[in-house]
Amino acid sequence: MTANKTIITDFLVDQMQMPVDIAFWVEIVVVAAVYLGVFALLGLFLVWMERRAAAFFQQRLGPNRRGPAGLFQTIADALKLVSKEITGTEKRDKFLYTIAPYFVIVTALMALAVLPFSQELQAFDINLGVFFITSVSSVAVIGIFLAGWASNNKFSLLGGMRSGIQMISYELSIGMVIVAMTVLTGTLQLSEIISFQQEHGWSIWSGHIPAIIGFMIFMIAGTAESNRTPFDLVEAESELGSGYHSEYSGMNFAYYFLAEFVNMFIISAMVVILFFGGWLSPFGITDGIPYVGVFWFVFKTLGVVMLMMWFRWTFPRFRIDQLLTLEWKYLIPISMVNIVFMALVVWLGLTF
Amino acid sequence: MGNQQFLADKIRTQEYHLNMGPQHPATHGVMRMVLKLDGEEIRDVEPVMGYIHRSIEKMSEHITYKQIIHLTDRLDYLSSHQNNEAVALLVEKATGIEVNDRIKVIRTIMSELSRIASHQLWWAVMGMDTGALTTFFYGFRDRELINDIFEETCGSRLTMNYSVIGGVRYDLHENFVKRVKDFIVHFRKKLPEYDQLLSNNVIFRKRTEGIGILTKEQVIAFGMNGPTARASGFVCDIRKKIPYSAYDRVHFEEIMATEGDAFARYKVRILEMWESMRIIEQLIDDIPEGEFKVKTKAVIKLPAGEHLQRVETARGDFGVYAISDGKKNPFRLKFRSPSFANMHGLNKMSEGTKIADLVVNFSTIDVVVPDIDR
Amino acid sequence: MTNTELKEVIGSWSENLNFVEEGSEFLIVEVPAAELRKIAEKLKTDANTAFDYMFSLTGVDYGEDLGLVFHIESTTKNHMIELKVKTSDRENPNFDSVSDIWPAAYFNESEAYDFFGIKFNGHKNLRRIFLDENWIGWPMRKDYKDEFNMLTR
Repeated sequence: MTANKTIITDFLVDQMQMPVDIAFWVEIVVVAAVYLGVFALLGLFLVWMERRAAAFFQQRLGPNRRGPAGLFQTIADALKLVSKEITGTEKRDKFLYTIAPYFVIVTALMALAVLPFSQELQAFDINLGVFFITSVSSVAVIGIFLAGWASNNKFSLLGGMRSGIQMISYELSIGMVIVAMTVLTGTLQLSEIISFQQEHGWSIWSGHIPAIIGFMIFMIAGTAESNRTPFDLVEAESELGSGYHSEYSGMNFAYYFLAEFVNMFIISAMVVILFFGGWLSPFGITDGIPYVGVFWFVFKTLGVVMLMMWFRWTFPRFRIDQLLTLEWKYLIPISMVNIVFMALVVWLGLTF
Repeated sequence: MGNQQFLADKIRTQEYHLNMGPQHPATHGVMRMVLKLDGEEIRDVEPVMGYIHRSIEKMSEHITYKQIIHLTDRLDYLSSHQNNEAVALLVEKATGIEVNDRIKVIRTIMSELSRIASHQLWWAVMGMDTGALTTFFYGFRDRELINDIFEETCGSRLTMNYSVIGGVRYDLHENFVKRVKDFIVHFRKKLPEYDQLLSNNVIFRKRTEGIGILTKEQVIAFGMNGPTARASGFVCDIRKKIPYSAYDRVHFEEIMATEGDAFARYKVRILEMWESMRIIEQLIDDIPEGEFKVKTKAVIKLPAGEHLQRVETARGDFGVYAISDGKKNPFRLKFRSPSFANMHGLNKMSEGTKIADLVVNFSTIDVVVPDIDR
Repeated sequence: MTNTELKEVIGSWSENLNFVEEGSEFLIVEVPAAELRKIAEKLKTDANTAFDYMFSLTGVDYGEDLGLVFHIESTTKNHMIELKVKTSDRENPNFDSVSDIWPAAYFNESEAYDFFGIKFNGHKNLRRIFLDENWIGWPMRKDYKDEFNMLTR
């Protein structure tokens, strides 16, 4: 494994006279630290955004005292959570109970690593990018399931059971939409998907009908994947108290909480990468300028995040059998047909 | 099919018990439901009540009728005015106190306002129970206006203590008529929003339609009442059946449905809000002049015998049954609470449903736990 | 049906019934404890009376006797009567349960047991419904001593 030529290694080797091998490892540490920081801030920002959006939908003000427009409120909340005692049930499975939150948080962080924020800013550009994200985020279900099992609480167990059913089912249709989009773009590498879109226009445009169907399925399945209303059966506060994380407190709870929001960001980012051209600007207005892509990427992603928040504050929750009916009887068949449809469209050259 | 039977024989599932409550968001207060579950499916529901039992019936045996009115607020706090009214009407009927038209009209308007307020709160919480959190704020936004009206006239917003024996405690505030009219104008615009947000939502429809069906026969057998029973086609509105106060002079429809499912119960309550507004509109324009309280004796003694007064609260048929031995306090006083009667249907409703349906069913019965426990 | 007609119909079923028309707006039918179930069943099933709706069940301590008052109503005929049953056995008062005839009696009978200690033969789950399982005594009885009750005069 040799280090790619990046800004950080260049700087370390040329200016600091550091050996290349050490510079490589230093770079990894620096990038990891930066991503951890981004991760934490992103989580806090999304929580703030959710609360402001909820307040907007519910005709109230939301947090508006700490900092400009209440931006520091979530930081205060996070500090409170850090300082809280970590409690748990007496007869829990201590080992599983303790490691469960890390499954969720680590997988969310890993998925974040491959996202291309702009042409220049991507920590880890592997040629199986999309595949990597889906496989890593399907590990998260283990964390939730373990939490439900290890808490030794029946409400948690029900939550964990539901999460197992729900997340594994919906992963299928997410995977099939990705296959359909891969047929169109011909690659699994995230940066390649975007450069395909640079040539042919955004996928939702160039793939037209099958891409739009795919987008809809992806939005539904993605919302289910991140356990948000109308698919928040895993938490279902009016039914299960708070589901799998009933027995978690303090930072352990915060891990789940943050991971939920970061997962939402990742799903939205996937939507943007697959359908809306990632960091590409509309009509290529700023394509030449370096690092402006970050703005477009985050802007578009937050737009999709907003859409998911809109879902959450408008819809009631599904029941477990309705949830499964929707997935197995509607979404999976439609997405299967969609793959064939997309293949036909590409084969006949009907793309733009 | 044969394969399924084979699996059912091979794979044994184990039934287990789950305690829902006493502190659980879906029980709307302190109540416990012992569920017998098979996976997510409910086999049996056993409500465990009494967490908020305050022995109001026992206390009533030691205090005078004027004092009892204050306790009735604490039964069904969302219909506190109707509860007050029930005791006041009971004593008035038994002792032959004639109240004038003004008092009757004021009581009717207040009853209907608190019915709307109660249904608004129910709607807000119903949305929450199905997972739509926004309804909570919509419901409370409009309920606040009614509470303000109450506060202006009787000084309190929830437990009103407004009806007293022989009238009402204070005269109407001078702003009352205007504010009620403003509220009606406002709420006639806002009530369709409720439908847009929740009633017509496809997920909500799927969650409620065909869930927890009770037939008319079952409803009658279980002694259920109020909007819950009317949704199954049981004509049981006391306002129509045994009119009291000014209900005999207003035109309104008894809202009925025949489906008997959760959505029918939902629909009945939404439509009842429209009817309540209609009743208020008929009365608000000409509230008769007169005293707001007729003179009564300082010590009120009920003639020996048995007295029963029924009123229609937001939850249903509320009855006060007093056995008097001619003293100033009752020999035995029974509050027949509608929520307690409605609890009988819960087990039947939940047959073969899932936990999520239980939450919906429980929400559509619209119980107030202090009313059950008394 | 009017009270007089009801009296005639119900009176024809048994000779041990006692009718009271004073002191209440409804016809009061006093039933001996042994015939409670028989009369209750008849009241519900007979086409003339058709008392299908149990409005309330009230336990009463009359001082010497313990009793129950059923307010039962007919949803088709729109009449209501009070059905009364009494026992002088304060040690072990018990009646036959009517919770299978009127399911609405199910929780109400538990309530009467909870407050008055009246037992119901054939009730499926008779328990302390409001009070604690370990409560000693029957609080709504007139001879119940409660030293913490400040309201007692």
